[in-house]
Amino acid sequence: MPGDVQSNPDLSSVIRQPTHPVYRRQGDAVFLSLLVLLGLSIIALAVALVWVLVADGRQALERFGFLDFLTGTTWDPVRGIHGAWPFILGTLITSVAALALSFLPALGVAIFSAEYAPRWLAGIIDTVVDLMAAIPSVVVGIWGIFVLVPWMQNHLYLPVFLWANTHAPELLPIVGAPSGYNIVTATLILALMIIPYTTALSRDAIRLVPRSQREAARALGATRWETMRMAVIPYARGGIIAGAILSFGRAIGETMAVAMLIGNGNRLPFTFFGPAATMPSVIVNEFREAVENLHLSSLMAVGLYLFFISLAVNLVAAWLQRKFVVGGRAL
Amino acid sequence: MASATADVERRRGPSGYAEVTPRNLARRYARDRVVLFFLVLATASVLLALLTIVGYVFVNGVSALSLDFFTQDLGSPSRAIQGRPTGLGHTIVGTLVVDGLGLLLAVPVGVAAGILLSEYPDHPLNPPLRILNDTLNGMPAILKGLLAWAIIVKPMGTFSGLSGGVALAFVMLPIVARATEGVLRIIPWSIREAGLALGLPRWRVVLNTVLPAARVGVVTGVLIAFARAAGEAAPLLFTSFGNNFYSSGLLRYLTGPVDTLPARLYSLAISPYKEWHAMGWAAGIVLLFIVIFSYVFTRLVTRQRHATDL
Repeated sequence: MPGDVQSNPDLSSVIRQPTHPVYRRQGDAVFLSLLVLLGLSIIALAVALVWVLVADGRQALERFGFLDFLTGTTWDPVRGIHGAWPFILGTLITSVAALALSFLPALGVAIFSAEYAPRWLAGIIDTVVDLMAAIPSVVVGIWGIFVLVPWMQNHLYLPVFLWANTHAPELLPIVGAPSGYNIVTATLILALMIIPYTTALSRDAIRLVPRSQREAARALGATRWETMRMAVIPYARGGIIAGAILSFGRAIGETMAVAMLIGNGNRLPFTFFGPAATMPSVIVNEFREAVENLHLSSLMAVGLYLFFISLAVNLVAAWLQRKFVVGGRAL
Repeated sequence: MASATADVERRRGPSGYAEVTPRNLARRYARDRVVLFFLVLATASVLLALLTIVGYVFVNGVSALSLDFFTQDLGSPSRAIQGRPTGLGHTIVGTLVVDGLGLLLAVPVGVAAGILLSEYPDHPLNPPLRILNDTLNGMPAILKGLLAWAIIVKPMGTFSGLSGGVALAFVMLPIVARATEGVLRIIPWSIREAGLALGLPRWRVVLNTVLPAARVGVVTGVLIAFARAAGEAAPLLFTSFGNNFYSSGLLRYLTGPVDTLPARLYSLAISPYKEWHAMGWAAGIVLLFIVIFSYVFTRLVTRQRHATDL
């Protein structure tokens, strides 16, 4: 619709129309109610999401009990026994490990791009990082299957397993039989996938730190790194931590790449080199094939737990962002 | 000479005051260089790792890209193994239908919600709307797929392109709403005041002056949402499901199971056939191309806007 103020000659005819009160008020009323209606559909959507997860997961939750389903360690659809604990454990292990692994490198990239790199280089780094955040999960997954897994199998999993087999057999229950598809592979991929998020969010937090903060530290004779450590990072701390937590939330919900690489085993205890599973990966793997109502309902209940965990992580990040960022700016 | 410089080390000596000695000054500079080394190392290795993935996808997939890849449908694995014509033409059509439907559903609702949040700041609906929109934005896409399954696939009794489009709309919707609110907010109030002073009703001000002024930003938000949704496989696996053949007629794309690129890439990658693996890599190239195209496009239009603003 041609609507540019400067270039639209029709506007004069609009203005010359008698601005009858009915035209003004009714038009506004209709427009606003349309907006409200569409806005309400977003609210309805959020409510429907919870409603569906609760309604469809109810059968499993009633059968096993809300807490017992949470802590149940057996997931056996054939015998009709369902407990979500293996998947919750798998999600927490991979996400926490991925965050721990990726946080410092990501922060390093952010610091380098925001503070050290010349402008042209920072532009390149930012472009690549932003683009990488957009790579679809399945694309990372196919790379993992055909490149990362064989390489890790030959260079890490098999040598370590063979070494443990001859020299330290007591370690074998922890190491597990190497299949290539395991927690270690999934964690590495997750770490790689959340680095762009952590980097982008901490970079923004660092760029928000006022120039005067840096100049003051430099004027006191601080070296470049001391300026970062004493004046910039403490100031950007809230944003950096909130960014890390948001990336953690990403890792929790990451589905395809993990489902393709974690091996999809749900027998506890998990081993380093043996198959495991996460909450999203079990849903994506079993939901299509689930025929028993109880099985479907259990997967929905796993989805409900996933919802609660994601919600908690996002709320914590939002709270941190508000608390630190607003407080930081007010200083 | 070093003590004459302004460098002050906050190290407490026995006297309780900071001490400045040539030795610890040298150490501080050394530490500065070590940190710089590690920062460069981290940056180089992260960029290298990420570019490696893209490089592998292009090298491994390019051989499977042919005219057949874009025009034929997949059929059974024997077609690929025996070298008969096979491709992902039906997948590309399916992706266009499902993604297009998602956009069609998500853009009006998302833009409307963004307008409500930005142009009617005092509306009582706004606080819950903003909180719930952010909540939806933070939810894993697979949960949105479960929702689409429960409200469309289950009652219809069949996997369908319709449900896939709805699932993708759920993914796009909160991003579009958020982005629209953000870009409308940076339009100066004077523009609205000018419109109102001319006697335009509020809705004409929004539609004829505010939205056109923010057009580029809204399009950027929509493209970001599209790029995100176009790569999602998780919510599509149990909504649009998958299909090895062209559907008969456009309507069947909405009412029956439909192939999409991310979901097909997944099933090709976990299949046991070498020929299908190559096609999976090629599907990766197409997906990456979509993402990169959206990204470059948004970069170009935002840069243009900055140039005219300055």
